[in-house]
Amino acid sequence: MTDLDTFRAETRAWLEANCPAEMRTPMQGDEDNFWGGRNAKFASEAQKVWFERMRDKGWTVPDWPTQYGGGGLDGAQHKVLREEMAAIGARPPLSSFGIWMLGPALLKYGNEQQKAEHLPKIARGEIRWCQGYSEPNAGSDLASLQTRAVPDGDDFIINGSKIWTSYANYADWIFCLVRTDPAAKKHDGISFILFDMTSPGVTTKPILLISGKSPFCETFFDNVRVPQSHVVGTINRGWDVAKYLLQHERAMISGMGGRDGGRPLGQVAADSLGTDAQGRLDDPILRGQIATFDVDEAALACAAERAVDLAKAGQLHPAFSSAMKYYGTELNKRRHEILMSAGGIDALEWESVRSHDGARARAWLRTKANSIEGGTSEVMLGIVAKRILDLPGA
Amino acid sequence: MALVLTEEQTMLRDSARGLIGDKAPVAHLRKLRDERDATGFSRDLWKSFAEMGLAGLLVPEEFGGSGLGCVEAGVVMEEIGRNLTPSPLLSTAILAASALVRGGSDAQKKNYLPKIADGSLIAALAVDEGAKHRPSRITLSATRAGNGFKLKGDKALVVDGHVADLLIVAARSSGQPGDVDGLTLFLVDPKAKGVAIERTVMVDAHNAARIGFDDVEVNADQVLGEVDRGGALLEAVLNVGRAAVAAEMLGVADEAFGRTVSYLKERKQFGRLIGEFQALQHRAAHLYTEIEILRAAVLKALQAVDADAAQARLAVAVAKAKAGTVTTLAVQEGVQMHGGMGMTDQFDIGLFMKRGRVLQELFGDSAYHTEALAEWKKY
Repeated sequence: MTDLDTFRAETRAWLEANCPAEMRTPMQGDEDNFWGGRNAKFASEAQKVWFERMRDKGWTVPDWPTQYGGGGLDGAQHKVLREEMAAIGARPPLSSFGIWMLGPALLKYGNEQQKAEHLPKIARGEIRWCQGYSEPNAGSDLASLQTRAVPDGDDFIINGSKIWTSYANYADWIFCLVRTDPAAKKHDGISFILFDMTSPGVTTKPILLISGKSPFCETFFDNVRVPQSHVVGTINRGWDVAKYLLQHERAMISGMGGRDGGRPLGQVAADSLGTDAQGRLDDPILRGQIATFDVDEAALACAAERAVDLAKAGQLHPAFSSAMKYYGTELNKRRHEILMSAGGIDALEWESVRSHDGARARAWLRTKANSIEGGTSEVMLGIVAKRILDLPGA
Repeated sequence: MALVLTEEQTMLRDSARGLIGDKAPVAHLRKLRDERDATGFSRDLWKSFAEMGLAGLLVPEEFGGSGLGCVEAGVVMEEIGRNLTPSPLLSTAILAASALVRGGSDAQKKNYLPKIADGSLIAALAVDEGAKHRPSRITLSATRAGNGFKLKGDKALVVDGHVADLLIVAARSSGQPGDVDGLTLFLVDPKAKGVAIERTVMVDAHNAARIGFDDVEVNADQVLGEVDRGGALLEAVLNVGRAAVAAEMLGVADEAFGRTVSYLKERKQFGRLIGEFQALQHRAAHLYTEIEILRAAVLKALQAVDADAAQARLAVAVAKAKAGTVTTLAVQEGVQMHGGMGMTDQFDIGLFMKRGRVLQELFGDSAYHTEALAEWKKY
């Protein structure tokens, strides 16, 4: 038996013994995510137990170094852990923009003090982060952002506003792009800075979406004082950090289709539509759409697996995450269109116990943002055209 | 297993790319087509393939082969697809070799495998009968007669059937069309009495035949595998073939795409390079994404077949189904973006479209394999 086989056997046994049965069922709504933070609330005892056990093993961030609260696993071990968790349908113990986005950026660009200060708190779910990138007039054209940070002694004074700050109303800290040199070219005068959301002058306002919910907020900064030492990387070179972080964000969003733990579409559809005499889904066109979707989804899963392996081999094109983000989000939208078709009239109920308050319709509406947030599909295609295909003037 | 090529596989790809790109680029196919060559491929080239170990790619070393696997076969097939190279690699080195390796008796292996490996024997697998690939509905009958059987029926799209020294024929020895059991594979001499071979010139100028069997007598020792139990063997061999064809389609798609992107960078209209137009950039970027996803699915399928994984059929269905849609898109977009030039015989891009169409049908199109996946998942 190789070391990896041993690791697999031990991991399987540990998960079997430690993952509560309730945490092996598909997640129904956002309340099934545990987001951590100062005001963290667990939806159930099982969620708490599962989180704490994984946290104590460093497996909320299995591939981070142990000194920062991680599990210290190498690439192959991490893959084994993911596979074994998937095999029993284990839910992620902690959902966190700190893990998905800020952590990788800090590991690469943060100084030792910043890493030691922030990474363990992310790993242990103690601080919940939000992202301050987009502004009302700087969405897809992110680099035209206007939030100003003006030096004042050892601090910056920050003024401006951000939009689409997911869960800003629940977040403890924000990682934020601010303009520190208005005279420079638009990519060159931006800094990446961290601060506490309880700082005087920070306010948030939820934005109600077509789904009837509001994961997003507007966030306003009115003379917010932040030490200059909170800048990650070099002042005015924040665009490098921002881009690196966006790759992780895009990788995360592209994986959303597979991550939601949803039941196979064919099964969902058969439950609501029934089957014909041959045991086939009683809607041949929908059955074909589902099968075609399944082919594309399985192929995407291969590509995601390959991207991890390519990265490990140092062969992954840095802009590839844009291609994956584009494909994954378009596919996830298709998935939810099929779910709505399969649900038919039942899926349209908005306010009822039977429909879990319109859970399916709300999820369907939510997915429409997938191809907008984190860079629109059109922006992703533009990046692929320019950076991978090297097309002229792209 | 990591979804990237190993160092050895990369070296094999590079040397195959060198050999094939050098000796059998698209111009090679054009020449054979324009001369209406009776063989349709170059025997000299096939000899070079054999010397490089490609003819015996899947043949175990004890029978003179290279003893490699499907991933290696796929790597070479991708290069074949890139260059539209006519060669018996699929029919002989991949399909016939894996049929014999998986189902052959010791005597059959000893007799045929060394000849496949040294390039002296061309073999062809005869499966399809109707317009579409439906192996379970095989009707070509094998009726017991004396010590052996009599074969009666017709086969279509037998790749390299016009030049084969050996035919591997799937026949119904019992049961009804649609039954899984009741199929038997036979090794048939194409010169045997009652075999009628008609070379069919296909749209892609590649090599295939329609073959008729009129009470062709075969002995018991010409049975490959077990009588009435050939279905599973056939399916296993077809899966190797499907994964290999998907790899060839990946080569077709990727090359058509590469040529299209180059064209976008050199063709001017309205005083600008057409690659500057966002409408075309987005379509090119979409196509790139689809091809990369196909690439991963194809490698997954090849690895699964090599590992004999329980999920191999599923992985192959995904790869062949995806190859069908992506390659179709790639060649169609290729012709469209080449504009009027794409419609001319002088430009190669149309040849890729024709080849893509043939490979789409070969061993099941996208619909066939998508349906197979739905069956597998039982909905």
